[in-house]
Amino acid sequence: MVEKGLSKQEILEKTKQTVGLYDVNFDVYEGETFVLMGLSGSGKSTLLRCLNRLISPTSGHILVDGDDIAGMNTEELRNIRRNKMTMVFQSFALLPHRTVIDNVAFGLEIQGVSKDERYSHAEEAINTVGLKGYEQSTTSELSGGMQQRVGLARALATDPDVLLMDEAFSALDPLIRAEMQDELVALQNKMKKTIVFVSHDLDEALKLGDRIAIMKDGYIAQIGTPEEILTSPADDYVSEFVAGVDRTKILTAENVMKRPEPVVSINSGLSVAIQLMKKHGISSIFVVDPDKILQGIILIDDVVTALKEKKKISDVLIADFPRVQLDTPLKEIIPVIAEIQFPLPVVEGTGKLRGIIVRGSVLGALAITEVEEYPETSEISTASNTIDENNIKAEEAGQ
Amino acid sequence: MVMPSLHIGEIVEYIVYWINDYFGFLLDIFSEFIDVLISGLRDVLMFLPPVAFTVAISLLVYFLTKRKAGLAIGTALGFLLIDSMNLWNLSMETLALVLSSALVVLAIGIPLGILSAKNELIYHIIKPALDFMQTMPSFVYLIPAVIFFGLGNVPGLVATIVFAMPPAIRLTNLGIRQVPVELVEVSDAFGSTPIQKLVKVELPVALPTIMAGVNQCIMLSLSMVVIAAMIGARGLGYQVLVGIQRVNIGQGFEAGLAIVIIAIVLDRLTQSLTPGK
Repeated sequence: MVEKGLSKQEILEKTKQTVGLYDVNFDVYEGETFVLMGLSGSGKSTLLRCLNRLISPTSGHILVDGDDIAGMNTEELRNIRRNKMTMVFQSFALLPHRTVIDNVAFGLEIQGVSKDERYSHAEEAINTVGLKGYEQSTTSELSGGMQQRVGLARALATDPDVLLMDEAFSALDPLIRAEMQDELVALQNKMKKTIVFVSHDLDEALKLGDRIAIMKDGYIAQIGTPEEILTSPADDYVSEFVAGVDRTKILTAENVMKRPEPVVSINSGLSVAIQLMKKHGISSIFVVDPDKILQGIILIDDVVTALKEKKKISDVLIADFPRVQLDTPLKEIIPVIAEIQFPLPVVEGTGKLRGIIVRGSVLGALAITEVEEYPETSEISTASNTIDENNIKAEEAGQ
Repeated sequence: MVMPSLHIGEIVEYIVYWINDYFGFLLDIFSEFIDVLISGLRDVLMFLPPVAFTVAISLLVYFLTKRKAGLAIGTALGFLLIDSMNLWNLSMETLALVLSSALVVLAIGIPLGILSAKNELIYHIIKPALDFMQTMPSFVYLIPAVIFFGLGNVPGLVATIVFAMPPAIRLTNLGIRQVPVELVEVSDAFGSTPIQKLVKVELPVALPTIMAGVNQCIMLSLSMVVIAAMIGARGLGYQVLVGIQRVNIGQGFEAGLAIVIIAIVLDRLTQSLTPGK
């Protein structure tokens, strides 16, 4: 019926059935954290449950490493659930009659792994989430945050490729939630699992997600990196959604920098430097070595004096001034740039000059309307992840 | 308008006799099984002399109720009182009947409860049958029981089983249905087979409710075993019946007191087996 172009409301009236999801297409790349984001009722949890077929889609395909989960028989599905995909639940969903270690070992027990082996794996997972010493506790003795650590450990114990996290931190109080988010980010940096994370909290989505899909009424309104979602919302719904976000936390130096031009090589003469500055109408210029490693900055007044005294660039070079990394958040950049007289250089880890930030571009980034100024956001991240982990296309009509 | 008179009673009578005629051999096998069960249990219970049995059951109560000394002492005094009233053998007879009934009820009721929780069709078939079993006056069961099994312990036990079965089925069904959705999702999401889901998640989580059913089943068995004395079941019930017939207040009260003691001990024991309380 959806294919015939009927609206959700019309289908509800005709069939008394709600359309859960339709025309949902997305890829999740290996090792990324993909956040499904939306308000309650938008279909995000339903979509997540389609991925491991706790809810079976009525039509469409769910591909993991080329295998279609939507078309699997019970046996194949069981194997996927045992070995490839596990899930973390909003309400923790720990088994009340089991101790912490037996909860964590549950997945392995289901696989028929021997007791010694599953306990040693469970022990590892418990250490990973920082619950060492609580192995024999009953779950009701633990606080909410600790219970969800057990939930996470249970999901990690089978060493799956894909983690499905259904509003995993929503039931926790704000402080614990932030702490768990930080730990998940840290864990993910080490583990490089593929995580599909459902959330209704945009700040959480922006913090955790490599990419975010914003869902509304069973379809995906926009998929993109946090920067893309913030800087170029696809429609009014998305822009309303992101309106309240503190942009200085999300945007980084990379988003607001300009191309580092002009620069002068350390081996050039002073006259070259003067000419470049005159041509561009600037009073200072960055000095790099042949490998584009930032050496320092020279100011026009110094250069003019130095030229009269027949000195070289290296004699007037100022090497001690602030610089920021590509991923430094805007929030930290603003106080720095307010202090200095000349542009702020942006460097990569090795010291290679990647761009410069002037005050104007920071202000521009904070004004939502002027998005066209920096269209080249992090395209690198998508280009390097060419392996398709999941290739999901689920078109649902009726639940 | 005159309503046509339906002779349902005659139809039921016909069905009962028909079953008796054509399935008599099955009933005989069943009867034999019940008889062996009861006398076996009775022999076990009577194996120990009264004082030794009293000590044993008091220790059992003490450890199962997590060392509640008061309850253990009460149990000991109660059983010694039964012995001093010269009702020991009759009490063991009654206890054997109750335990036999409970065993059969649970062996049939728990699987049926699980099935009806899993299958809506079975649930809808079983539900009216349970309503019927629970609301039909218990004396009515005694009549077909006599036709099928004659007089004695066996028909008494069969009537008891029918009477005590509904709560075991109902509470098992309820317990399994009340297992939180997320826990069912957990077992599915980690790749459980249906059996693993049942054994590792659903039954353990439903256990407190199922144990309430076990408790109910034992209590109902005890009350019905007394009524079953009307069709020749032996034990304390028979003593009560004789007390009524002879208007012998003392005899009736003593037997009744023994039943109360057994009931309280069985109730506390089954409750203490319930986890998480």
